[in-house]
Amino acid sequence: MPKEELIETEGKIVEALPNAMFRVELENGHVVLAHVSGKMRMNFIRILPGDKVKLELSPYDLSRGRITFRVK
Amino acid sequence: MLKDPMIPLKSEKELQFLRVSGKILSKVMQELKSCIKSGISTAEIDSKAFELILKEKAKPAFKGYKGYPATICASINEEIVHGIPGDRKLKDGDIISLDLGVNYEGYFTDAAITLAVGEIDKRVGQLVKVTEESLALGIKEAKVNNHLFDISHTIQSYVEKHGFSVVRHFVGHGIGINLHEEPEIPNFGRPGEGPIIKVGMVFAIEPMVNMGTWEAKILDNGWTAVTKDRLPSAHFEHTVAVTSNGPEILTG
Repeated sequence: MPKEELIETEGKIVEALPNAMFRVELENGHVVLAHVSGKMRMNFIRILPGDKVKLELSPYDLSRGRITFRVK
Repeated sequence: MLKDPMIPLKSEKELQFLRVSGKILSKVMQELKSCIKSGISTAEIDSKAFELILKEKAKPAFKGYKGYPATICASINEEIVHGIPGDRKLKDGDIISLDLGVNYEGYFTDAAITLAVGEIDKRVGQLVKVTEESLALGIKEAKVNNHLFDISHTIQSYVEKHGFSVVRHFVGHGIGINLHEEPEIPNFGRPGEGPIIKVGMVFAIEPMVNMGTWEAKILDNGWTAVTKDRLPSAHFEHTVAVTSNGPEILTG
């Protein structure tokens, strides 16, 4: 099973878009388009604008991410 | 260049366990190969793999790893890796990549193969063949005093020479006491770079090769990676130990 090359960062949800996509503002000011990870969807974890989340970005496309955790 | 202090070196005793783990994996993989045919579902292949591993008194390495739900990864055509077994049935012309991990007494090995179902397209056949060959060439570079990315570079140049591309989102890795250990072993890189390879290192070398673009995207299930242009992808992997006599394939 290959290891995934990832950068983990935190951000704040700016906007909710259709299809479980969100616009997220990172700590460094960049805004990325992110989708919710399968694990979070399976566990019915709701995400709303204003929430702080952890996300994973691929080093090859820093404008897209995957939301993996909603911080308390 | 200093040896990277974070890459674990296995003792001869640990290698013995890894050899057993690798032999089990190899045996299970051979049996799975024979059940690949048109009409079978990936879930059936997964159940078979689970049974076979348990019969060898070992445990599947992937099940439960970061929440992964199955024993194997079954990735068809444009799926690169982490295809989750389900109701999808194989049909003529498909290629399927089976990725399997075995945990024997806490010692992990990991291997993958790509197989054709019935008659496949000539170019697809080339993709599979070149990927398998690139793994063999990469393994040859896993010898003492080489740099780690000599492996990466060899794989990349061979693959690109044939007009295919190497996946960059996913990489090979060290393995042994854990499924994923240091170092990360990309399938692209410059020769003469990366940590120096030493006796006792154990690598899971796994070229993932796409017919078209190298770019990938992850599906909504959070796991399965597919090629961005939906062209097919092949994957081969072996767990290799670095010995004073050269690379030793544990999962062959």
